[in-house]
Amino acid sequence: MADLTSEFVGIKSPNPFWLASAPPTDKEYNVRRAFDAGWGGVVWKTLGEAGPPVVNVNGPRYGAIWGANRRLLGLNNIELITDRPLEVNLREIKAVKRDYPDRALVVSLMVPCQEDAWKAILPLVEETGADGIELNFGCPHGMAERGMGSAVGQVPEYIEMVTRWCKQNTRMPVIVKLTPNITNVLYPAEAAKRGGADAVSLINTINSITSVDLDDFAPQPMIDGKGTHGGYCGPAVKPIALNMVAEIARHPETAGLPISGIGGITTWRDAAEFLALGAGNVQVCTAAMTYGFKIVQEMISGLSDYLDAKEMALPGLVGRAVPNVTDWQYLNLNYVTKAQIDQDACIKCGRCFAACEDTSHQAIAMGEGRVFTVKDDECVACNLCVDVCPVEGCITMRQLDKGATDPRTGTVVGDYANWTTHPNNPAAQAAE
Amino acid sequence: MPNTQRTPGVVPGRLPAGAYDQNFADMVAPLDAHEAAVAADRCYFCHDAPCTVACPTSIDIPLFIRQIATGTPEAAARTILSQNILGGMCARVCPTETLCEEVCVREAAEGKPVEIGRLQRFATDTLMTRGVQPFARAAATGKRVAVVGAGPAGLSAAHRLAMLGHEVVLYDARAKAGGLNEYGIAAYKAVNDFAQAEVDWLLQIGGINAQMGQRLGQELDFDSLRDAFDAVFLGIGLAGVNALRAEGEDKSQVRDAVDFIAELRQASDLSSLPVGRHVVVIGGGMTAVDAAVQSKLLGAEDVTIVYRRDAQAMGASAYERDHATAHGVRIITGAAPVRVLGNGAVAEVEFAYTETGPEGLRLTDQTFRLPADQVFKAIGQTLKGAPEGLELAGRKIAVTGAGRTTLAGVWAGGDCAQGGDDLTVTAVAEGRDAAMDIHAALMG
Repeated sequence: MADLTSEFVGIKSPNPFWLASAPPTDKEYNVRRAFDAGWGGVVWKTLGEAGPPVVNVNGPRYGAIWGANRRLLGLNNIELITDRPLEVNLREIKAVKRDYPDRALVVSLMVPCQEDAWKAILPLVEETGADGIELNFGCPHGMAERGMGSAVGQVPEYIEMVTRWCKQNTRMPVIVKLTPNITNVLYPAEAAKRGGADAVSLINTINSITSVDLDDFAPQPMIDGKGTHGGYCGPAVKPIALNMVAEIARHPETAGLPISGIGGITTWRDAAEFLALGAGNVQVCTAAMTYGFKIVQEMISGLSDYLDAKEMALPGLVGRAVPNVTDWQYLNLNYVTKAQIDQDACIKCGRCFAACEDTSHQAIAMGEGRVFTVKDDECVACNLCVDVCPVEGCITMRQLDKGATDPRTGTVVGDYANWTTHPNNPAAQAAE
Repeated sequence: MPNTQRTPGVVPGRLPAGAYDQNFADMVAPLDAHEAAVAADRCYFCHDAPCTVACPTSIDIPLFIRQIATGTPEAAARTILSQNILGGMCARVCPTETLCEEVCVREAAEGKPVEIGRLQRFATDTLMTRGVQPFARAAATGKRVAVVGAGPAGLSAAHRLAMLGHEVVLYDARAKAGGLNEYGIAAYKAVNDFAQAEVDWLLQIGGINAQMGQRLGQELDFDSLRDAFDAVFLGIGLAGVNALRAEGEDKSQVRDAVDFIAELRQASDLSSLPVGRHVVVIGGGMTAVDAAVQSKLLGAEDVTIVYRRDAQAMGASAYERDHATAHGVRIITGAAPVRVLGNGAVAEVEFAYTETGPEGLRLTDQTFRLPADQVFKAIGQTLKGAPEGLELAGRKIAVTGAGRTTLAGVWAGGDCAQGGDDLTVTAVAEGRDAAMDIHAALMG
């Protein structure tokens, strides 16, 4: 059993699986259940200023999209920050931290962009014994219209300013949570770093409308005939999150800045992918909201087995794939592959054929008895057939050896060569 | 004293009153909307799908399942019915395990095909429950076509002809339309009088004048029909029954299975239907299974199917055979009847084991006897009453192309015609295709 003990910006937890700031971490009852189930840490749902709390809608606050068998693939929400009084949350945080000293307990915060507001709340959080704070610069709905959340996260100068205030006014580690609703995630990440952030966490939810009611002609979730954009999360956003994590991990200005990875993490495998792309730990929400807190047991056993099989310690996994994330122009154009179909595994559905014939390169032949074979002289190795095949591992990509002739192009497979030196590239530099 | 399963002889009411409804309830429960959504999700939407190729009516199965999956079961029904107007009945009676579902790629992938038959029923039931006839007639052509036989082939031909704008007169010898759908399949496959509901729904298209009780060669004269109509379609089925050719076959309570099934289907009160304590069914097809299982469900103490060849040669599929054995029917293969014994009524049947040699099947000297109060013969039906002048191919009406007989202006399809399996779905396809050919011929 691999050691999953995690230390993130000085915060220790028995495993790298934290619950993200969200409905599951809004109150003591849930957080105790989460810790009892095995979660390594939680980021308490965002606290606002003292005084009358925000209010939520009293109709549906979630919308969803589904895959086969109504598997939840994407969830969007229009819930705001905690709608419970500040003092209640603080009291509960303190009680939970006291009873679960080995777990990470970070508190998410969102107050107006005034230094006094931050100065007022930080000591209150410190007093609970919490391990750190996360600045919610991400929520794209409701709070943004009040000048908070993603309204801050979309302006690098504000991020830097607020981060600096926090660093100056608390001893606690400061994690800055980033919104994906921007053009380039590096700008806010760099701003957080300049402000002195100990880490960034990403992604927050994506602005979205999940569906439209075709009888009432309004977005879902619908409140009295109207709907509004909400924050999108769940398995469907994972690819977007992975890319943003990787960008921060590999960019020279931000490389080394600790990252807490968030976005559609549903299984141990998803978590391992975030870790490999540079996340020091991960935060989970939708999967827990879909299946309950028990999923963390699969995440723990899965990651542990994986690390054991790889004879790798957890820190060895973190960032391991980062060096292999590059720009398109550096990809090896002499890496030539061809699809091949395992006839024993093939169930003869013909989806590869339909996909290739209708939408790609007419590189799959359909023979007598529904035997599907790849035409190497047409196959551009796009991988679409692999992706649409219902049987995992039935279609694979076979690499042509160096010196072999690609029957499609008639050229011989040579050494590594990329676009920067390709003769078709007007900007290509002649080889020295 | 009321009768029980152990009452000797052939008697009614062997079961408690409530048992009949339970025994003859839907053999396969319909899918509800959630179950249909789950089942539809499993379809891979195959290219040039094997299921469609395997369907005698070539229903675009992936398309209709996708239409169910996307919440439009009535569009799915139109996809089905445009190819197979009796898609509702076929969803219930098709041996899908040897047709579409046998070749489903998920059968190959995990031994569990998409439930095509049940999904088809979900779609067609949804549409038919609304009472909507989704097809409209084309402008009148002024042509008149006689359709003889209101079974699956005739109904299919009549509907298609009416849709194309022809005037159709649909004749049948029996009191009700539907053919084997009404008289020939097990009751639990088409509950709630579905066969008649389907006929009524089909006739909603209009342009079909259904005349029942019209027997070819008696009330109906074939040559007059040819004179009076622009074309004639024969879907007269197989009205004859093969003989057992066993000594003592004429004893009472030795009956044709098809008659027993028809009687059962028309019975208003199943508890009034007599059935033997010991029932023997001779044959190996679906009729044998339907007769055997229904005998058991009526309260027979023991029911045995005896078939002369091995199980693989049986017309009834493995699924049908399992259905029979699951209901307590015993299946003996490799034995043929040689003597029916009894004093007036049958009491025993003597069988000889068979073996296959170079000259084919032969009886061995080894025999055994089964007690029998009632014997059902299910050893195949034969063409009977085909009009003179029609050439036959073997024991069926010879046809070429889409059901063209050797007589000008006369088409034939379904069980009476050469080619294809004797299945409802095949009859529907043949009726439809003959109708298209008649249309082409009439409209030049």
